[in-house]
Amino acid sequence: MRVDSIKNGIVIDHIDAGRAMEIYDMLSLDKLDCPIAILKNVPSAKMGKKDIIKIDSEAAFALPVDVLGVISRNITVVTVKEGEVADKRHVSLPLEISDFLRCKNPRCITSTEQGIHHRFRLSPEKEGVYRCVYCDAKRA
Amino acid sequence: MRHLIDIMDLSVEEIDGLIAKASDIVAHPDAYREKCRYKKLATLFFEPSTRTRLSFEAAMLELGGQVLGFSEASSSSAAKGESVADTAAIVSGYADIIAMRHPKEGAPLVAASRSDVPIINAGDGGHFHPTQTLTDLFTISRELGRFEGLTVGLCGDLKFGRTVHSLIAALSRYAGIRFVLISPEELKVPSYVKNKYIKEKGIPYRQTTSLDDAMSELDVLYMTRVQKERFFNEEDYLRLRDSYILTPEKMTLAKKDMVVLHPLPRVNEITTDVDLDPRAAYFRQAKNGKFIRMALIMKLLEVE
Repeated sequence: MRVDSIKNGIVIDHIDAGRAMEIYDMLSLDKLDCPIAILKNVPSAKMGKKDIIKIDSEAAFALPVDVLGVISRNITVVTVKEGEVADKRHVSLPLEISDFLRCKNPRCITSTEQGIHHRFRLSPEKEGVYRCVYCDAKRA
Repeated sequence: MRHLIDIMDLSVEEIDGLIAKASDIVAHPDAYREKCRYKKLATLFFEPSTRTRLSFEAAMLELGGQVLGFSEASSSSAAKGESVADTAAIVSGYADIIAMRHPKEGAPLVAASRSDVPIINAGDGGHFHPTQTLTDLFTISRELGRFEGLTVGLCGDLKFGRTVHSLIAALSRYAGIRFVLISPEELKVPSYVKNKYIKEKGIPYRQTTSLDDAMSELDVLYMTRVQKERFFNEEDYLRLRDSYILTPEKMTLAKKDMVVLHPLPRVNEITTDVDLDPRAAYFRQAKNGKFIRMALIMKLLEVE
C-alpha cells in the first residue's frame, strides 16, 4: 500500500493501533477540506503495530495537537514544509484540556447542563490520568 | 469573593480560624445576633435534605439575616428546564450568599462560575460535602481539643462515602494523624484517595475488616452506613452489615474518652441504646453544624 508523502502539513505518528479515529474526532478533522490519510495497523518495530494520520494542508499547523498527550505520550507530530521535515516532537501532557473530551459519568453535571465547557485536568496521582474538573471522574 | 466547593479550598489556617470563630459563637451567641442583619441567604436545594438545609437557615437566622429559596427541584425553574448556571446568575441578584445542594456532581462549581455572590456547596451528589467535613472537624475539636496525634477510625462504606473521603483529605493535613480503615473488602477506600491523602504523605494507617479488632486503639470512631444497593449478593450484605453495628457491648472495648461521630441519618448501624453513652457525639455533631455554618457564612460575607 502506498500513500504519497505530504508537501505542507503534519504527520501524527506512533498512535496506538486502533486509536486513529479517536484522534480524527478529537481534532475535528472532518472539517478540513484537504487530503487526509488514515493508516491503521501499520507494522512498527517499536510498537508492533501503530496508526498514522497524514494531513496535507497548511491548515494542519493550527491544530491543537498538544491535546493528543491525553491519548498517548508515544505520539509524535512531524511538521512538513515544502516536502522537508521542519520539526518533529513528542506531544506533552497538557495540564488542562477543554472541550476535547466528554465526561462519561452520568452523575456529572456535564451530562445535563447545556453550554458549559467540558474540562479535564491532569491528576497528580499517576502519569497520564485526567479527571473531570466538575465531578473528578477519571477519564474512561 | 470566595466560594466553598471542596473542603480543600480552605487552608488549615482558615479551617482553624472557622473553628475558633464557631467556638466563640457557642460561647457568646448574643454577640453575633446582628452580624448579618439585612443580608440574605438563598438555599437552593435541588434535592431534599433535612439537617443541612435547616442548619444553614438556622445559622443565617441566628446571625440576624434572612433566608429564601426552595427545598426541591420541582418547586424551582429547574422543573421548566432552566440550567444551573442561569439559576445561579438570577438568584445571585436576589441574595448575598447561596447554599446549593444538587444531585449532579459539580453543579455548585458551575453555579460559582456564573454567580456574583459566594456559593457554598451543600452537597453535590456523591461528590463533595465540605460543610459536613467542617462540622466533623469542629466536633472533633470540641470533643477532644486537638487533631494532632489522634487515631481516627472510619467504619462502614469507605468506598462511596463522600464524607469519609473529605474527612480523610482534611485530617491528612494535621500532624500525627493515624487512620484505621474499617470496611468490608467490597467497600474499601478507593486507591486514589488512599494514595493521594495517606500513602504519599507517609501517614500511618491500617486496614481491617473487624470493628471489634480496632475499637481499643481509636480516639475517634466515624461510623457510616453500609448501603444495601452496593452489594450484588443479599447474603453478603446481611453478613457485612451486621459486622458494623455499634452496640453498647462494642463500646466496652473502646477508650473512655473515644468519641463516636456519624454524619447521619443512621439506619441501624448504631443501636439507639448507644445514644445514652456520653461518648456518642453524633447529635452534638449535628448541632455543631449550625455554629460552623454561622462562622462560614460570616467568613464568606467578609463580616467581622
